Amino acid sequence: MNPAFSVIFLTTLIGVGQGMFLAMYTGHAYSALNILPFETSASFYGVGSMIALVFLVGGLIASFFHLGRPERAWRSAARWRTSWLSREVIVLPLFMGLVGIYAILTYFSWWDLSVYQSASGSNLQLSLVIGVMATLASFALFICTGMIYACIKFLQEWASPLTVINYTLLGVASGFVLATTFSSYAAPELTQFYAVWAAIITFAAMLTRIASLYRNARIKFKSTIQTAIGIRHTKIKQKAMGFMAGSVNTRDFFHNQSQIFIKNMKWIFLTLVFPLPLILLWVGVTYSSSGILIFAFVVQYIGLIAERWFFFAQANHPQNLYYQTI
Amino acid sequence: MAVVHDPLKAPKGCIEVKNTTCYMCACRCGIRVTLRDGEVRYIEGNPDHPLNNGVICAKGASGIMKQYSPARLTKPLRRKEGADRGDAEFEVISWSETFEIMEERLKHIRATDPKKFALFTGRDQMQALTGMFAKQFGTPNYAAHGGFCSVNMAAGMIYTIGGSFWEFGGPDLERAKLFIMIGTAEDHHSNPLKIELAKFKRQGGRFITINPIRTGYSAIADEWVPIKPGTDGALILALIHELIKTGLYDRDFLVQYTNAAELVSTDQASDDEGLFVRTDIPRDPDCFDPQDKVWWDIKNDKAVAAREENADPYLLGEFTMADGRLVKPAFQLLKERVESYSPDWAAEVTGISVETIKRLAYEMGITARDEKIELPIAWTDVWGKDHDTVTGNPVAFHAMRGLAAHSNGFHSIRALSILMTVLGTIDRPGGFRHKAPFPRPIPPCAKPPKSEDDVKVNTPLNGMPLGWPASPEDLFVDDNGEPIRIDKAFSWEYPLAAHGLMHNVITNAWRQDPYPIDTLLIFMANMAWNSSMNTSEVRKMLNDKDEQGNYKIPFIIVCDAFQSEMVAYADLVLPDTTYLERHDVMSMLDRPISEFEGPVDSVRIPVMPPKGECKPFQEVLIELASRLKLPAFTNDDGSRKFNDYPDFIVNYETEPGSGIGFLAGWRGADGEEFMKGEPNPNQWEMYEKNNCVYQYEMPKSFQYMRNWNRGYLNWAQEHRLLRYAEPINIHLYSEVLQKFKLAAQGKTEGRQPPEKLRKRIEQYFDPLPFYYEPLETQLTDKQEFPLNAVTQRPMAMYHSWDSQNAWLRQIHTYNYLYVNPKTAQAKGVEDEGWMWVESMHGKVRCLCRYSEAVEPGTVWTWNAIGKSKGAWRLSGDANESEKGFLLNHLIAEQLPNHELGENISNSDPVTGQAGWYDVRVKIYPADPEEEKSSWPQFKPMPALPGTGNIKKCIGYFAGLFTKDSPEKSDKGAGE
Amino acid sequence: MTQLALVIDLNVCVGCHACVTSCKEWNTSGSAGYLTDENPYEKDPTGTFFNRVQSFEIGEYPKTETVHFPKSCLHCEDPPCVPVCPTGASYKRLEDGIVLVDFDKCIGCRYCSWACPYGAREIDEQQKVMKKCTLCVDRLYDESLPESERKPACVLACPTSARLFGDVHDPESVVSVAIREEGGYALMPEWGTKPANHYLPRRKIRKPIHEDELQRADNPLNKEQRKPRAPVDEPTLDDSTSW
Ligand SMILES: Nc1nc2c(c(=O)[nH]1)N[C@H]1C(S)=C(S)[C@@H](COP(=O)(O)OP(=O)(O)OC[C@H]3O[C@@H](n4cnc5c(=O)[nH]c(N)nc54)[C@H](O)[C@@H]3O)O[C@H]1N2
Ligand SMILES: Nc1nc2c(c(=O)[nH]1)N[C@H]1C(S)=C(S)[C@@H](COP(=O)(O)OP(=O)(O)OC[C@H]3O[C@@H](n4cnc5c(=O)[nH]c(N)nc54)[C@H](O)[C@@H]3O)O[C@H]1N2
Ligand code: SF4
Ligand code: SF4
Ligand code: SF4
Ligand code: SF4
Ligand code: SF4
Ligand SMILES: [Mo]
Repeated sequence: MNPAFSVIFLTTLIGVGQGMFLAMYTGHAYSALNILPFETSASFYGVGSMIALVFLVGGLIASFFHLGRPERAWRSAARWRTSWLSREVIVLPLFMGLVGIYAILTYFSWWDLSVYQSASGSNLQLSLVIGVMATLASFALFICTGMIYACIKFLQEWASPLTVINYTLLGVASGFVLATTFSSYAAPELTQFYAVWAAIITFAAMLTRIASLYRNARIKFKSTIQTAIGIRHTKIKQKAMGFMAGSVNTRDFFHNQSQIFIKNMKWIFLTLVFPLPLILLWVGVTYSSSGILIFAFVVQYIGLIAERWFFFAQANHPQNLYYQTI
Repeated sequence: MAVVHDPLKAPKGCIEVKNTTCYMCACRCGIRVTLRDGEVRYIEGNPDHPLNNGVICAKGASGIMKQYSPARLTKPLRRKEGADRGDAEFEVISWSETFEIMEERLKHIRATDPKKFALFTGRDQMQALTGMFAKQFGTPNYAAHGGFCSVNMAAGMIYTIGGSFWEFGGPDLERAKLFIMIGTAEDHHSNPLKIELAKFKRQGGRFITINPIRTGYSAIADEWVPIKPGTDGALILALIHELIKTGLYDRDFLVQYTNAAELVSTDQASDDEGLFVRTDIPRDPDCFDPQDKVWWDIKNDKAVAAREENADPYLLGEFTMADGRLVKPAFQLLKERVESYSPDWAAEVTGISVETIKRLAYEMGITARDEKIELPIAWTDVWGKDHDTVTGNPVAFHAMRGLAAHSNGFHSIRALSILMTVLGTIDRPGGFRHKAPFPRPIPPCAKPPKSEDDVKVNTPLNGMPLGWPASPEDLFVDDNGEPIRIDKAFSWEYPLAAHGLMHNVITNAWRQDPYPIDTLLIFMANMAWNSSMNTSEVRKMLNDKDEQGNYKIPFIIVCDAFQSEMVAYADLVLPDTTYLERHDVMSMLDRPISEFEGPVDSVRIPVMPPKGECKPFQEVLIELASRLKLPAFTNDDGSRKFNDYPDFIVNYETEPGSGIGFLAGWRGADGEEFMKGEPNPNQWEMYEKNNCVYQYEMPKSFQYMRNWNRGYLNWAQEHRLLRYAEPINIHLYSEVLQKFKLAAQGKTEGRQPPEKLRKRIEQYFDPLPFYYEPLETQLTDKQEFPLNAVTQRPMAMYHSWDSQNAWLRQIHTYNYLYVNPKTAQAKGVEDEGWMWVESMHGKVRCLCRYSEAVEPGTVWTWNAIGKSKGAWRLSGDANESEKGFLLNHLIAEQLPNHELGENISNSDPVTGQAGWYDVRVKIYPADPEEEKSSWPQFKPMPALPGTGNIKKCIGYFAGLFTKDSPEKSDKGAGE
Repeated sequence: MTQLALVIDLNVCVGCHACVTSCKEWNTSGSAGYLTDENPYEKDPTGTFFNRVQSFEIGEYPKTETVHFPKSCLHCEDPPCVPVCPTGASYKRLEDGIVLVDFDKCIGCRYCSWACPYGAREIDEQQKVMKKCTLCVDRLYDESLPESERKPACVLACPTSARLFGDVHDPESVVSVAIREEGGYALMPEWGTKPANHYLPRRKIRKPIHEDELQRADNPLNKEQRKPRAPVDEPTLDDSTSW
């Protein structure tokens, strides 16, 4: 596939947004359970969620660049019964709405608003409830986004649970790295907490991403030139595709890059997304350097762009069998 | 499902439907044009048209993009003072000025030396009118594209069987069981051939293709027989060898309908060596083969008059006449001729295995003999014998330029005609069948003028500008035996040049050989590009000046519809209409679209008004002829005879009162007659009402064996298709050719070739076909240039003229040189890599594409895809000029000087057919440092005044396109 | 239920591209609006076409087969391009199985084109909506056309009638008969898309030659044996005897 930058930005940005929110809410929930000290500079979760929201909005904007007819985007919610894309389109604003509400509740420290007040005086804060809903929405969104790719069965590189898992873990990891960075400014006492989680998730993502690389390297393609045109012969060569200066079939589905370029891209993203941020997190936390932590996030985000580019480029669409030679 | 857009709802607009005839190519299918609000909505095949039965081709269906192409010329143009030819700097002038310029110039030429006006036309199909204009003007210097196209095919077959392929006749695939296609990629009969081929295959027919390349039609053949280019003659002669050896020939057919059994004098010493022995039966009219030959009868073992009641002749043997002359039946001579052409010999030459050659012969012979068809159609032969049935030997052939475009093509094609004859397949079911007005006498009656005296000032030419010489006396040469025509057609260099030699006109005119001319009018031919050999040099000649600074070719007029390469070299440009904008006829006087079953002609009727100031060339000719007061266009009182072209078509008669005119249908005052009848003022309306086509279906009994069918011949004579109702016996043995040979040997009284050409004539005018290497090959170092280079017609492009077509050019945007991987790898040329192809005459840089579908000794490309920068209104960086290339730069119009002479055309020595496919090349990779673009490149051609603007993007929608669509803006460039 | 479809006979397709341009021509002024061409007269011309003819070479010289292979939307019975469409612009008509795009609903997200394994969809780069072969639905039910012409433009155009059209669910239709009797097959069956369009393979006709066909009693060469004539002037009984 030819990587579409709008989609790369969409998926990576909302990934960060989702992860950032999850980090905020994890912190919030931990502190509600008193595992973490309750953050007194009350706006931390609120501001953090707003940052998440900024990323989500960024992703949304990027997504519009992918649409030929953005003015009709509203129509895309119609097919939620069958289309993961439609579902994504529904879940994304829902999630953003929830994150927005959550951000307001926490930013203004409306801790008193509760859904349920027990006799013992402990109360179930509204913000926590909204947070749970947003968390669920976030995971739903990860699933939707991942399934958009994973559900196309003949794109064999994508058609795997690993696609969804990677989308989720990579998004969450990048969000936690961002949260680590953010906390180093706004709540240094939480930095280590976030850093540890960020490292763990990044590491987990590394494992699953490598697993998917391993899997994809061993795919046996079901479609061949023989099945594509229905002729059995070991030597079949296309001589003309019917037009000579390209069409959507050559523009959208071919990355037009050399194998070496692809391979380099793989090593670049593997380095930028996993070991480098891990090291930078460690260094940043050890030396309490916000600068290095920002750097960790930026490096990882750039790595994710490369990862997503590679994700697209690596996918061999069976339609390409029909478009081998001008 | 809630649908926002109802897919069944047609867009609004006023719909009109009109019929006319396509001219995206010379096939001339019937089309139905649907217009919406005056713009073309859709062009489809007319289901009621006999030629295409409703189908259409890629070009035909892209007519819209031709109609609205920005490359269209819309105004008469004059070369700007001081600008060089080729610079394409023009100013707009009016039509009245244009006519004044032409009138003045031509009037002067006609009154002084009519030869100095040369009219040559390319891919047109209106030679009846253009030829007539030339004749009336009085210039012999007229020809259409035939000489550089396929005159070998016409001449080789017409001089043998009285008919030919394409419009003239073709394979009867309805009934054939075995079909052999030789050297054909697309041909003129595009749609009908495809329709028939598919039907044939579905009926279970077996299809064999003989071609160095497997594409298009050949792709669906049951068997592909790759052959080395230029060697088909060898293959065919070997097939004849094998058929005779095994007795798989149709003896009865040969005896009755050919000159196989006729006795030829073989006395080497005598002056009639190689001529038929004749009885003293009085000779018949001039253009017919007199029925005065002799057989050797088996029963009585003596010479008898040919076709005598109950006689049965020997086909083989040697006999002594009463007067002691040694004689042999023509068939014996054929047998002797093919003796040495064994399959073993041919395998060497053609690259086809001995087994395959033998098997092909057996397949043909056995199918012809054992799968005979008997149709219950009674007919009477011209000798009065009744037949209850029509027999067919269902082996059909079709061949085209793969045979024709070689300088040995005439003899290869004669060999093919003889192969078809030996199998007994001429004008019979399942074999070859004629189309009216064929068969013609062998050779046809029309003769070229004979001497200088036939060209006189202010007088029509005495004779037809083009014709069919039957003997040296019919040549068009002066007292010294030197050519009179500028292209040297009908001279001793190319005696049977029945279609002229358009490919030599520019070179000869430039060299002023045999004389300088003044005005060259080119219609519908891209002579500065794809229809010239040696294109780069020809472009220089077109612009070349003498010491005084005068152009070697003083004045060039070009009538074209588009901004072609040729237009750049014009002094005067006449913007033609498109086929959707003009009246036109596919006339009986010309090349009608007849069917096997009978004559068919058709017309074009405009479906829309001419764009800008475009004027049909037909109208230009009528206007000019009237202004010049050419007799056929002028009343006795000197007034103009015809208002316009439609008027001319209706009212013109070949001779006053002859009742014969351009169109055969609805003649007679009330439209009740056909073929012959007085002019009908409503003829156009009748055609319009009838799908623009007139079809006459002859009775079944007239549809076969027409060379000898009394019913048919009488009918044809009555309807003036033929002058004489005489049998047209097949010339297995060609006495016509022998007459030239005898002249060259000095054995005749009459005209003899100049000394320098004696040997050439003696060698190539052989009464029986023989194989020789193409002339260019003979003169090439085959070690150095080991490969043959040929072109093929792409089905989705017509010559050079479809690159202005936005849809078609997406299919063929540029071209590759296709090379067998083994051949390419041996030279280090990579797939998709840049490479050089070099011949003795020039070189070209192009892109390579490996192909397993080409014989390893051949490289090829699609014809005329490459373009000169800026031509056809394409941008300077268009792929056509950047990556596309033209093979013509490698092909010379003249052979290297050799012992037979200087400046001898690269053509068949018999007919003057251009030897396009004879060129030999070598290949090697381009240096990686070299530019990644094709070579040679030419100075970009600017946009001509009156052409359209090119847009980044078009969205054609009929009814809105030139009106209010966002992409419109049709302002002419350069205004 | 009806499932209209094309059956393409590779045994007769000569690769002429008539189906390509007739399709373009019919549809560019059709109910869906124009089909854009970009750079029509410049470098790299490209445009929206619903049907393409490709060429393949099978095998090695001299045993090469050249196959021309036309391809448009296959109107899958289980079309993966439809459920993925978020707007419902991509749909399959219940009444005849034609897969269509509602151009006025489409947001141009290209997702359906990812979901088509056959590369049969075409974004119109100017109008920014997805387009594809409509099976000329706007001809099929057009009462103003004669019955015989209520067929796709490409089918009517094809000079070799390599394109058959009909209902593949009707066992007696020309298409069903052709699929059944001529070995019709579907492309990429591995994905379960059940393309309605089918292809007919190459079929070869051969002519075996039997030895005895070459040796025949009626060989015309036999006629040509000129029997030596007994000399007239040498002695005979006539010279010496009388009865
Ligand atoms: N290498 C190589 N060269 C070849 C051949 C080959 O096989 N190989 N084939 C040869 C053969 S067989 C032929 S016939 C020639 C053909 O060569 P040409 O006769 O030159 O044919 P075209 O390229 O079609 O160009 C004819 C001109 O007609 C113009 N034209 C198109 N429509 C109209 C119209 O309606 N009116 C007018 N007035 N002009 C119009 C076009 O713009 C173009 O400039 O090429 C020959 N050249
Ligand atoms: N679409 C389309 N149709 C056209 C034209 C066009 O430009 N486009 N041009 C029209 C014109 S003017 C003409 S003259 C006709 C020409 O019609 P064709 O004669 O069919 O055209 P060519 O492309 O010259 O085809 C020649 C074929 O002969 C093969 N060949 C070359 N050399 C040899 C040989 O020595 N032996 C054998 N056996 N084969 C050989 C080539 O591979 C090629 O397949 O087409 C007409 N029809
Ligand atoms: S074959 Fe020629 S005449 Fe017939 S439709 Fe095609 S372009 Fe027109
Ligand atoms: S129109 Fe027919 S023969 Fe021509 S390419 Fe299309 S399917 Fe093949
Ligand atoms: S061929 Fe492609 S576009 Fe057509 S129905 Fe099947 S999946 Fe959809
Ligand atoms: S591009 Fe249009 S038809 Fe395709 S999935 Fe998107 S909205 Fe649906
Ligand atoms: S059915 Fe109609 S839309 Fe589809 S390829 Fe044929 S002509 Fe084009
Ligand atoms: Mo030609």
